[in-house]
Formats: sequence, structure tokens, C-alpha cells
Amino acid sequence: MSDLEQFRAETRAWLEANCPEEMRQPLKSQADHCWGGRKWQFQSEAQKVWMERMADKGWTAPQWPKEYGGGGLSPEQAEVLSEEMKRINARTPVSNFGFWMLGPALLKFGSEELKRQHLPPICRGEIRWCQGYSEPNAGSDLASLQTRAEDKGDHFLVNGQKIWTSYADKADWIFCLVRTDPNATKHNGISFALFDMESEGVSTRPIELISGESPFCETFFDDVKVDKNQIVGELNRGWDVAKYLLTHERNNIGGEPPGFLKGRALGPLAAEHVGTEHGKLADSALRADIARLEIDQMAFQALVGKIREEAEAGQGVGAQSAVLKYYGTELNKRRYEVMMDALGAEGLEWESERTMGGLYAREWLRSKGNSIEGGTSEVMLGIVSKRLLGLPDA
Amino acid sequence: MKLNDEQQMLQDSVARLMADKGPVSHLRELRDRNDEKGYDEPLWHAMVESGLTGILVPEEHGGIGFGLVGAGLVAREIGRNLSVTPFLSTAVLGATALAAGGSAEQQQKWLPAIAEGSVITALAVDDGAKHRPEAIKTEAKAAGDGVTLSGGKLLVLDAHVADLLLVAARQGENTALFLVDPKAQGVSIERTRMVDDRNAARVTLDNVAAEPMADGAAALAAALRAGRAVLAAELSGLAREAFERTLQYLKERKQFGRLIGTFQALQHRAALLMGEVSMSDALAMQALDACDRNADDAEVQVLAAKAKAARTALLAGQEAVQMHGGIGMTDEFDIGFFLKRARAGGETLGDANYCADRFAALRDY
Repeated sequence: MSDLEQFRAETRAWLEANCPEEMRQPLKSQADHCWGGRKWQFQSEAQKVWMERMADKGWTAPQWPKEYGGGGLSPEQAEVLSEEMKRINARTPVSNFGFWMLGPALLKFGSEELKRQHLPPICRGEIRWCQGYSEPNAGSDLASLQTRAEDKGDHFLVNGQKIWTSYADKADWIFCLVRTDPNATKHNGISFALFDMESEGVSTRPIELISGESPFCETFFDDVKVDKNQIVGELNRGWDVAKYLLTHERNNIGGEPPGFLKGRALGPLAAEHVGTEHGKLADSALRADIARLEIDQMAFQALVGKIREEAEAGQGVGAQSAVLKYYGTELNKRRYEVMMDALGAEGLEWESERTMGGLYAREWLRSKGNSIEGGTSEVMLGIVSKRLLGLPDA
Repeated sequence: MKLNDEQQMLQDSVARLMADKGPVSHLRELRDRNDEKGYDEPLWHAMVESGLTGILVPEEHGGIGFGLVGAGLVAREIGRNLSVTPFLSTAVLGATALAAGGSAEQQQKWLPAIAEGSVITALAVDDGAKHRPEAIKTEAKAAGDGVTLSGGKLLVLDAHVADLLLVAARQGENTALFLVDPKAQGVSIERTRMVDDRNAARVTLDNVAAEPMADGAAALAAALRAGRAVLAAELSGLAREAFERTLQYLKERKQFGRLIGTFQALQHRAALLMGEVSMSDALAMQALDACDRNADDAEVQVLAAKAKAARTALLAGQEAVQMHGGIGMTDEFDIGFFLKRARAGGETLGDANYCADRFAALRDY
């Protein structure tokens, strides 16, 4: 038996013994996801036990080094773990921006001190992170951000406003882009700062979206004191960290469209609502739309596979992430449009139990943000034309 | 899906061969002199010498049995250069049909000949303007010891230069391929000059003596799958070339005192086209690989790949003409050839709508 097969056998046995039955069901809604953090209320004893057992094993962050609370697994082992979890429908034990974004940034740019301070609490699900990037006047043009961090000798004093901060009202700490040198050119005076959301002077206000949900907040900083050792990477070089993370985020968005209905096959769903004639969907135009969408999704997945292989062979993803972000999000939006076509009147229901509280309509609306957040589709096309196609600036 | 060393070498050598010996200018010359055979003979000989005609012929029959990924790599370069050869009709469709459903005797007779480039074969499927192999009208009737075929076929690639016709016909409930000698009594072949200047013909069969295959239904299914997968690769290569020529033009052409490639409207169109071309190509290669691995979803992937490639090639052809502006509309300029071939290649063995319809059926909706 090879080492990897041995690992698979052990993993399977461990999961069988340790994953509670309740945690072997697909998520039914956003509310079933375990975000962790100081304010987190576990939905069940099973959710708590599952998170703690996985954290003890280091498997909440399988590939992070063991000394920081991770599992120290190789990419192949992590793949095995993921396959074995999928096999029994095991839920992700805990996940938030600390895992997706801050962790990778700290591992690449952070000092030893910062890694030891912040990574283990993320792995244990104790601290939930949010991301402070966009500002009212710095959206697509993120580098024009104005939130200032003034050097006051033994600390920085942060003043300004962020917007579109995901779950800022529920998070414990924030990683935040702040201007530390107002005289430098716009990309050069930015730093990547970390601070506690309970610090004096931090306040948040949820923003209600067209979906009726409020996953984002406005976040205000009024004379917030930040320790000087809480800067990731070099002072005034925060843009390097931000760029790295944006690429990372785009890969995530491109690779796996968000939403709880993403796994739902459109063909059977449409058949339930429009009926069939001679074994085919009764609405032939809808049938053609679904087929065309599924073919495009298949082509997209083939490209994702190819780009990942090239990345593993050391060619890096780089600006290709803009291609993935563009098509991943545009396809997801198309998917929700086709889904709404298929559902008809039922898809319009906003509160009923049979639609899980208007999940279809709400996710359809929420998907419209996919091609705006993390860099708009138009910004992505600009990156592709300049960096991949070498087209000249105006 | 990653190329192995052998496939990588094949790709590099075929790219050189097609660029050197089968460039777009040859297509123009063949057309302008209304060439009798209608294909690039020196290029075909060079392909024979490189073993490419036997790329799908099993080794025991004198081929190199390189698989469909290999054939797709050749087709991709054919697409980029618009090279004019009987590769699809003979090395892909003929070889696949005979290898999949020929009797031992038929294989012995034809497969080594295909590998050594001494014969050309033509697959006759469509008996209407649209590809519908599930509803073949051409009939096979028992006659004495053998079978006779009657019907009419369209879009039969390379038929007027073929040494063997493989004809799809209905016999009772079944549809199968039959072998027909193009010189047999009752066969008439009308070469039809097509928009893409490739060889195609209408073939009429009037009580023609035909030879059944060992498994003519399997031969037809295998040929259609291989042909569509290889066409997806050819069309993806064509789309890539049309895109790259257009991108180059955006970096050279000036209007309003600046390069037109600085205009955001054109930059975004180019970026979108690149994405479509990359996805089409990735799916084509994945589908070819699925066939070689005999994957459960190979048929679904091939249908998806052909549909995607047909649309992408046509999009690339249209965008190329548009972004070249007036010069793109002239016959003197080569870019129009790509649009023409995209249209004809997309139609061959099932257009995007046909493939999407079959795709949906296989996914039960």
C-alpha cells in the first residue's frame, strides 16, 4: 500500500469515527455554515464538536504548517482529505475570511511573530476575520483609498471609512488597507494593517442588498489605535499583499461560484416546472438555453483544469485569474437567469417555506454582485487585454 | 489533461510541418487553379512520410496507433493553417470506422493502405441538408448474397477522389455503414464546390452493390464520435489563429492618430474572444482525452466540444472580419478564409444546435 493509500485509509476511518451524523448533510442554507469567532452561536452540539475535532487534527486548515495550527498536509494528501469528506458529505467544519484570505497573506508576507499570534486562533475557529478594502470613493480604483493611519510614535491612529466589508458586524478582527504615506504615489503609500473590531472608535452599519440580505457593512474608523507591529509585509508595501490576495480571491470566485443552489441540476429542475413531451423538456427554447449553458460551463471547467495544471507546473496563474473571475461569475449569473426562467412563478416567491424563504429569488439577485465584487467584469477584461494580450494603453 | 512527452513532440513537429508545407497560401492556389484533386498533394505526401496518415491505424495494421489526442493535435495545426488534406476523411473517419467495425479481411485490405497513404476514403452520412444520423433514409436491401444501397448523400468529404466510400444506410431497424466501390455501377458523384473550397460531393446511389461490415453500426458510431472530436480540435485551432491575426492587427493599425488596440471597445472584444478560444480549445483536448481513456462521459464531452468549437470558430471568424474592417471583406486578404471554413467545419457531422440537442438528450432533459 502506498503512503497515500495508507493516508486515505486512516483518513476514512478517522472521519467515520469523528464526523457527527448531523454534519454529513449538505448545507440547506447560509445559516448552516459555521463561521466561528468570539460571537459565534453554534447551531448544535454536533457543529461544535465537529469543529473542535477537526481543529485538534489541524484539518480546519489542512495545508497550513502544523506549528501554526494547520494539518501540514501535502497538496496530494489535502486532495485525499477533501475527497474523503465529499464521500460522506461532510460539511466544512469552519470557514471565514481568515482561512480564505488572511491566512494565505500571512503565510506569504507575515512576520514569524504575526503568524504565531494570528494563525492558530483562525485554525481553532476562535477568531473570525473580515476584509477592509473598498471605500465609498475607492471601488474599482481601489488604490485611491483614503483611510489614513498616522504614525503616533508607539502606535498608528486610523481614521476613515470602508464599505462592502463582508460581515463586519459579526467579525472579531479586520485586515485593512490603510494609507500610511499620503505623499507617495497612490500604489506606494498603502499598508496592510490588522486590528481588533472591538477597538475603541470602530463602528459598523449593515447594508441591505436587493436580495433583502445584509452580508455587507459600512465600517467607520474614528481615532482607532493600532499596534505598530500589526503590519503585514513592509510598511507602505501593502499593495503587494493586496494584489496577491485579490488574485487569490478571484481564483476562489472563478473556481467555485457561491450559492447554495449551485449543485442543483437545471434539467430535472426545469422538468418539474415546465413538464416534458416525448422525454424532452416541453419548452424547447429553455431546453436549448440549458444545454448551451451547461456546455459553456463544461468548457469553463476544462479551462480551469488546464490553468491549474499549468500553475502546478510552475507557470503560475497570474493574470489568468482575471479570465477565470470573468467567466466564472458571468456563467454563474447566466445560470441563475436560466434557473429563474425554469422556475416561473415559484421562483418569484420571497418568503414561502416551499422556496426556503425565497432562496431562489434571493440567490438570483445576490449573483448580480459576483461580477462587481473582487474586481468588476470590465476591470477583468482590462487586465486581460493589457497583461495577457499586450494591448497598449490609450 | 496534460500532454505526455510523445504528444508534445508530435505537436511541435506537426506545427512546423503545417506552417512550412501547408500554409493558407496553398488553399488560395488550389482554389485559384481549380485544382482537379482539390487537396494539397505535396503536403499529403509529407504527412504520409511522417506517419500521420496512420495516426489512428492500429500498429498491427501498419499504423502508429497514437490515439485521438494525437489526431486532435494534427487537426489543430490543420485548423491554424487551413491546410487542405484528406486527413479527416481518410486518416480519421475511414481509419476509425474500419478499425471499429471492419471484418478482419476488410481491415487487412484497407487499414495498411490508409497508413501508407495509398488510398483515400470518404464517409457518406447525411442524406439531407442537415446532419441527422438517427433518421437515415438511404436504404440497404438484401439482394442475393449481398446488399444493394439506394439513396442520395450530401457533404461527402473527398468523395470525388476516393477509392472507397463508407455509406450509412438503414437496414430494417438498424443503421450501419457499408463499403461501396466509388466506381461501382449505379454510383454517381457530383463534386460540389463549397464556400470553404474543400472537397465535398453529392453522391447518388441507385441499387449499388455494397459490402456489409462486421459491425457497421459500431463503425458509424465510432467514426462520428472521432470525427466530431477531431473537428472540435480543428475548429479550435482555426479560432485561435483568427484571433491571433486579429490581435496582431490591433497592434499595427492606426486610426485617429493612434493604434486601434488602444480603444477599450476593441480591447474588451479581443479579451472576450481570447477567453472563448481558450475554453473551446481546453474542452476539445479534454474530450479527445476522454475518448482515448474510454471515459463514461466521452460521448457527452465530444458533443459539448463540437458545439462549443463550432460556435467559437464562427465567432472568431466574424470578430476577425469586423475588427479588420474593410480589408477583412476583401478576397485578397486571407482572414475571410477562416470565417468560411468555420461555417463549413461547424456544419460537418452536426452543427452546434444538433450537438446541443444530443447533449441534452444524453443528460435526460
